[in-house]
Amino acid sequence: MSVLRVFIADDEAPARERLKELLLDIAHEVPTEVVGEARQGLEAVELVPGSSAQVLLLDIEMPGMRGLEVARHLAGLENGPAVVFITAHDKHAVEAFELSALDYLLKPVRAQRLAAALKKAAAGRPPDGEQLAQAHGDAREYLSVTERHRIVLVPVRDIVFLRAEQKYVTLRTKARSHLIEEALIALEHEFEKRFVRIHRNCLVARGAIRGFERAAPSNEEPHWMVVLDGIEERLPVSRRQWPMLRELAEARNLK
Amino acid sequence: MPSIRQNTFLDLLPDFRNLGVIARILVAVNATALAAAVYAVPNMRGSVERFIEDAAFLEPLLFIEIATLFALSRQLGRLSYPVGCTLVVALAAALAAIYQAVVSSLQSPAAMARSALFAALLAAALLGYFRLLVKAFSPALAEARLQALQSRIRPHFLFNSLNAVLALIRRDPKRAERTLEDLADLFRSLVSDARRFVRLSDEIALLERYAEIEQLRLGERLRITWELDAAPSDALLPPLVLQPLLENAVYHGVEPATEPGDVLVRIERRGDRVIARIENALIEAEAERAGNRMALDNIRERLALFFDAEARMNTRTDAGRYRVEIDMPYLTRARTAEG
Repeated sequence: MSVLRVFIADDEAPARERLKELLLDIAHEVPTEVVGEARQGLEAVELVPGSSAQVLLLDIEMPGMRGLEVARHLAGLENGPAVVFITAHDKHAVEAFELSALDYLLKPVRAQRLAAALKKAAAGRPPDGEQLAQAHGDAREYLSVTERHRIVLVPVRDIVFLRAEQKYVTLRTKARSHLIEEALIALEHEFEKRFVRIHRNCLVARGAIRGFERAAPSNEEPHWMVVLDGIEERLPVSRRQWPMLRELAEARNLK
Repeated sequence: MPSIRQNTFLDLLPDFRNLGVIARILVAVNATALAAAVYAVPNMRGSVERFIEDAAFLEPLLFIEIATLFALSRQLGRLSYPVGCTLVVALAAALAAIYQAVVSSLQSPAAMARSALFAALLAAALLGYFRLLVKAFSPALAEARLQALQSRIRPHFLFNSLNAVLALIRRDPKRAERTLEDLADLFRSLVSDARRFVRLSDEIALLERYAEIEQLRLGERLRITWELDAAPSDALLPPLVLQPLLENAVYHGVEPATEPGDVLVRIERRGDRVIARIENALIEAEAERAGNRMALDNIRERLALFFDAEARMNTRTDAGRYRVEIDMPYLTRARTAEG
């Protein structure tokens, strides 16, 4: 049996130590090699892609970013690791894991359970994004752009608008734009508190709306445009969305 | 060790602001007047007329008495039970005598004394009745309540601590032993008699054991500053009032933080008060993590059960810090317990 490359992500040093000890204990059964460790969620997203790990042991209660969101960002990797979630006590998460058929271990972890989970993970495949999204249930705090060996995270609170273009969605912050492979309708659903639809193909951060402008190009019907915070570009409002946006604008005293 | 015994809950004046108490007083006094009328006048019709007549005199007095007790409820509640009772009876008698003098045509000292006596007897009887009432219902209720409130520990803490001990056993067996001892102490206090006052020094020792365990898990991420020089070690307080606050501070202010977090524990005596303050950094992403309110409500209720209105707990957030402060009386002997 070849040596399984394992990455450990847990914020507590003793917990990481314990996992390493257990991995040594079960080495005769499942030979492993620890290829990396992370003490925070964001660190895991940063380090796992370049680690060539096959299995990620992922604590779900971590500062910075919690385990389930970490897994969601890693799901976009081409040769991403299989994930075994670890939790001390999170009834909600355990239910979600069961429902979504995700592997998990309870702390304190037992050697035999760990061996079984590793064997299963080595034979199986990484969890897919949908499975994870279902288990996560919450809106993510970041959107991720997956590059070859790197995951670029964009904080959702920095996003000004999201616009669907053919196969991709353009994500625009004040500083720059990225292309992400997600469906606008799913994004609208996930972030409905933060974004509002202004057009069939576009979601705008509610907080970034500065006002509305009447545009009357010579060859078109006049329509409203959204004026955004920190961005020159004006975005057209569809006739269908206008009544709802007007209410929003009136409620906030814009225009 | 003094303790909150069942009597603590019995030997309290009724809450004169409680609607149930007021209703009981109204019914009891009027029923007495009716009984007196029936006894005094041989025929039914005469009895009713007599009662109506008496009521016209009695009702305003009754309202004055109740309003006075209502207004003084807080002050009366602070007195010891015997003093409080004496005062209530005296108050009832005095008000009746004055009322008699002001309102009635019979302004003789004898009439005033009669009214006062009547009021005093009724007040005493009612106090006795309220005491029986509390005796019948209170201890079981209060005890059940206390136990339910106390036996809450965050499973998150338990399992993570056990995990940390497991990690220690091979590398540092001595420290593993110590940690298990700390855990045992913590659990002993969790299952101990919830009605018993504990000494502040014991509660502080518990805080330190708890901190030791958390330190093991979190390492340099947890930085606790202890300001205990002015803490009166002989002060009495309900058990496990401070530990959950420290646990909250770690859970909400340190664990979710990516940077090391500072926690402040300051306990001091100011005159006849003991002020305990626990502070932690406010983590932005932490707002939605549940569980905090429950612990605070739990502690607030227990403070109320032990100190009644004399203890306060306030929470405040400013300058990126979250602060809980308990302000309780400095007691070295449980007032109400006989032993």
